[in-house]
Amino acid sequence: MAFNKNLKEILYSVAAIISALLLGALLIKLSGHSALKAYYYLFYGAFGSTYNIAQTFLKTIPLIFTGLAVAVGFQSGLFNIGAEGQLYLGAFAAALAAIIFSNLPGFILIPLALAAGALAGSLWAAVPGILRAKTGAHEVITTIMFNYIGILLTTFLLKNYFKEEGPVDQTKKIAEQARLPELVANTRLTWALFIAIFVIIIIYYLLNHTAYGYDLQLVGENINAAEYSGVDSDKVIINTMLLSGGIAGLAGSTMVLGVLHRFITNFSPGYGFTGIAVAVLGRNKPLGVLFAAFLFGILESGGMSMQLFAKIPADLMTIVQGLVILFVAAPSIFKILKNKSGIFRGDNS
Amino acid sequence: MNVLGTIFSINTLAAAIRLVVPIALAAVGGAFSERSGVINIGLEGMILTGAFAGAVGSYYSGSAFFGVLAALAAGAILGLLFSFFTIDLEADHVVAGVGINILSLGFTTWLMQVIWGQKGASPQVAGLPEIKIPILADLPLLGDLLASNSPIVYLMFIIVISSWYLLFKTPLGLRIRFTGEHPEAADTLGINIRFIKYFSVTLSGVLAALGGSYLSLGHLNWFSSNMSAGRGYMALAANIFGQWNPLGGFAASMLFAFTDAVQMRLQGMNLNIASEFIQMLPYVLTVLILAGAVIRSRPPAALGSHYKSNK
Amino acid sequence: MTINAVEMKNISKSFGSVKANDSIDFSVKKGEIHCLLGENGAGKSTLVKILFGLYNKDQGQIKINNKPVKINNPAGAIKEKMGMIHQHFMLVDRFSIIENIIAGQEPTRTWGTSIDKKKAAVKVKEISQNFGFDLDPEALIENLSVGEQQRVEIMKALYREAEILILDEPTAVLTPQETEELFEIMESLKEDNKTIIFITHKLNETMEIADRITILRDGKKIGTVNKNDTTPQKLANMMVGREVLLDLEKSSKNPGKEIFSIKNLSYKNPVSGLELNEINISFKKGEIVGLAGVEGNGQLELEEIIAGLKAPDSGEILFNSQKITKVSTRERRNMGLAHIPSDRNKYGLVGNFSLAKNILLGSEWNPEFKNKFMIDFDYLNNYTDQILKEYDVRFSGKNSRASELSGGNQQKLIIGRELSRGAEFVLAAQPTRGVDIGAIEFIHRQLLKIREEDKAVFLISAELDELMSLSDRILVIYEGNIVARGKVEDFDQEELGLLMAGHSREER
Repeated sequence: MAFNKNLKEILYSVAAIISALLLGALLIKLSGHSALKAYYYLFYGAFGSTYNIAQTFLKTIPLIFTGLAVAVGFQSGLFNIGAEGQLYLGAFAAALAAIIFSNLPGFILIPLALAAGALAGSLWAAVPGILRAKTGAHEVITTIMFNYIGILLTTFLLKNYFKEEGPVDQTKKIAEQARLPELVANTRLTWALFIAIFVIIIIYYLLNHTAYGYDLQLVGENINAAEYSGVDSDKVIINTMLLSGGIAGLAGSTMVLGVLHRFITNFSPGYGFTGIAVAVLGRNKPLGVLFAAFLFGILESGGMSMQLFAKIPADLMTIVQGLVILFVAAPSIFKILKNKSGIFRGDNS
Repeated sequence: MNVLGTIFSINTLAAAIRLVVPIALAAVGGAFSERSGVINIGLEGMILTGAFAGAVGSYYSGSAFFGVLAALAAGAILGLLFSFFTIDLEADHVVAGVGINILSLGFTTWLMQVIWGQKGASPQVAGLPEIKIPILADLPLLGDLLASNSPIVYLMFIIVISSWYLLFKTPLGLRIRFTGEHPEAADTLGINIRFIKYFSVTLSGVLAALGGSYLSLGHLNWFSSNMSAGRGYMALAANIFGQWNPLGGFAASMLFAFTDAVQMRLQGMNLNIASEFIQMLPYVLTVLILAGAVIRSRPPAALGSHYKSNK
Repeated sequence: MTINAVEMKNISKSFGSVKANDSIDFSVKKGEIHCLLGENGAGKSTLVKILFGLYNKDQGQIKINNKPVKINNPAGAIKEKMGMIHQHFMLVDRFSIIENIIAGQEPTRTWGTSIDKKKAAVKVKEISQNFGFDLDPEALIENLSVGEQQRVEIMKALYREAEILILDEPTAVLTPQETEELFEIMESLKEDNKTIIFITHKLNETMEIADRITILRDGKKIGTVNKNDTTPQKLANMMVGREVLLDLEKSSKNPGKEIFSIKNLSYKNPVSGLELNEINISFKKGEIVGLAGVEGNGQLELEEIIAGLKAPDSGEILFNSQKITKVSTRERRNMGLAHIPSDRNKYGLVGNFSLAKNILLGSEWNPEFKNKFMIDFDYLNNYTDQILKEYDVRFSGKNSRASELSGGNQQKLIIGRELSRGAEFVLAAQPTRGVDIGAIEFIHRQLLKIREEDKAVFLISAELDELMSLSDRILVIYEGNIVARGKVEDFDQEELGLLMAGHSREER
């Protein structure tokens, strides 16, 4: 039964993606282009060469982190829309650590910078968590406000204290030994991929096999039962935000150590927000997030080649993401279709 | 230079009234939606879509009036879509609302490039003229403030007051509030809760979009990417702070708008404060207000839940 | 030809695989009080909800006043002059009586746009006086007693000029005295030639008020009888389908030493304003102490304070002579407190969790269930199987979720979890609420078994029968005060009823 339920959720997710892509195709058609050609370049951009595949993985990595950050929050009933801000804080702290301690050897410096990023993301997420636990201020609004505040804060710190000479608002480059080693030469696809998968595994075990994860989910499912059974739900809420923010912070620090090699203002194309779509599509489960992030990685890297070669604005992929969220949020839409079409009749659950 | 004098001047207040329009209209929309039991995070996307549709309508027709009509229609469509997902398909309100916001962002940015071939901003379009109301001009003090404004500003005042009347004095308003408190009870009284919710949520879309059209037609006369810039979320906070009451929501929106106006004035004054901190003001204020307000507030009892009659 | 106010033919309704109503025929004569009798889960509520348009029937026909009708929603039922008084009141707490009554049919003025409050108040007052209700139309629902709220429910139906009134378990929340008053109202409605469908599972009430009785069991109709042609024993047998043993065996037993006590405990509920006043209770080993009272007189507050979910304003709680007033819920549970919560869906269960994960609730940090850092699921699953078997929890599949169990089985799961933890003190609040007779018997035997094992039980209940048959000592709570206490033999049901309604002992 549990297996059937999982299978059904996977089927709904696949149906949501296909429906969203079909609607996207319709929009391409309506705007006077060939949907077939567009999706060919989408596919080509994502898988056409070793370089393209590496690019797809590259786009996947930050989405694994931000998607997982949002998913962990969801598991505890918290809607962390602040992954974007936490990512900026994480990136900034990682760059800072790498620059300040640049005379340390790599095997110490890299973990140190990663940890600094995670810690900064954690602390930035903790404030909305504390406000939610102590005053009831809804985290949806406070985390959004903290995105604006966090991005402005990093810009301020950068401009006033750490800016490299020149027209661009950015820090100087971090030391060679602070950079994550590349997996495929000249692609910037680095060990960050393994860090992401490692974090997925850790979170999977944490959620499903430890008392800590049990309490986290318990608070999300029924906060009254949690209190009744002796769980301090305020503490769980704050801890969950710390964990969620820490994962989002890693998205930023791996971007800095693996891809950018410095902190640049406004570097994120909205990874934190795409993370919401990733979490929703992945049903807030670690393995689901992994696949959903990969799918969105395909859309991101394929979207670019689509824009380049088929002249379709890549923002179409944002539309597809929005549609995916809507469809996944409302699985009954496919039940309606199912009853109308009769394709799946005989399945009477 | 007298900083405080500059901050608390009629000019700042006038700027605040211009800035309040989209927030207040969306907050009133939020009051309708949430009083009927539907959390509307999608206000942000509805403002954005309204701003875009207003610009497009004005661009093609050459008339700002048709632009506003197009914005209202777009708001209604988005409101109906959101209603369908949250009411009929029983989608989680918050997740679906985020979906609406991302969809709106994607649609407007994409269509901008399809229609105008550029990503940042649209070309200039015909904007709404300012209307002078002679009687108001004669008022002492407020005369300058109120005499000459965009028609949407006057419309906003009318809408705020009539929305309060509708919600708290009329049968429809009682039914909306009843539905948000206890949909099952409303159902047993023969109230058509599906209609009530559809009406309220669609109206919230229309109002937010009207607010959006003010951004592109009453203020700047063009559309730019992600023009709503978080106003929908501020409207949500204002609605909560205003206790789900259009009058309270307007007052809270004024507070945000005033802070924003102060922020803009301060930026122009070359003070010894980093501009980033000044820009943070409205956001920080939103957080502080929310943290202070929620403890005492009591949302509609059935907010965020699903109820279907006739199982 | 007699007029049948209601005639339902061949009604069926399924929820998933459960047949809630199975080809039921049910007819009610105009002007009678017709009792619909059955256990929890027999299908009574489903049947009347179909009649009132809240549920869609799978098959069958409905006639009102001999005329076939289609009722798709409550609006349709209201049009047929039906009114329903629900078991869980359909009232908005923060609205006034007037607003609750007129919503959906508001009198208007100013070109029909605004509500005419005056006209509404006049009409509400008129109905209120006709039946001697004496209610202030402007009062907020949250400030009314349960009995008064029920009258507002009746007024809602009368405001809509209902001729057929459906009362779904209306006495479940009332004291014996309030029940008597309700019956008087029902009699006067009958004199007004209204038709009444009265749903209950209580035999004595049925015998007192009904003209005719229809009995349902397991979704099927067992029969319709005239009250004058039947006896309580016959009704009970039809209702349960077997001989019912109404007596429990309770050994005589001397209580041991004190294990748990509450001293001078006071608390004010910031929302409702209800105050607990200087409560003193002592619990001894091998003893069941019963707390009688009408719901909303402080039982819930007391329950939550004992469990550690709320902190008292003053006073002390002692467990094994140790002060635990400031000790957390988790520590109290670790010290040997078990808690069967009054609201099982809100507190006791996680509907979306598997049965095993519900058994784990509260023990997730216990080393017994852990294997180094991980939860030992093999051990947990074995442990769960044992408890489900021992406590007779019936479930459909291995991976069932708690929400898929029936009410009685959910309750047995909670009781199994709580009682198997080796607790010294059991806080059992409304342990048999909303469960069927079979499960009630089982739960009662479990509580007596705990007493035999020399543990202390605090039984908070609204069921007088339950309190009288299980308790050694009884306390009565009224408006936050303990108004009477004594051995169970010192009370009879009638006296308890009066005490619960706020009459003092000396008054008699």
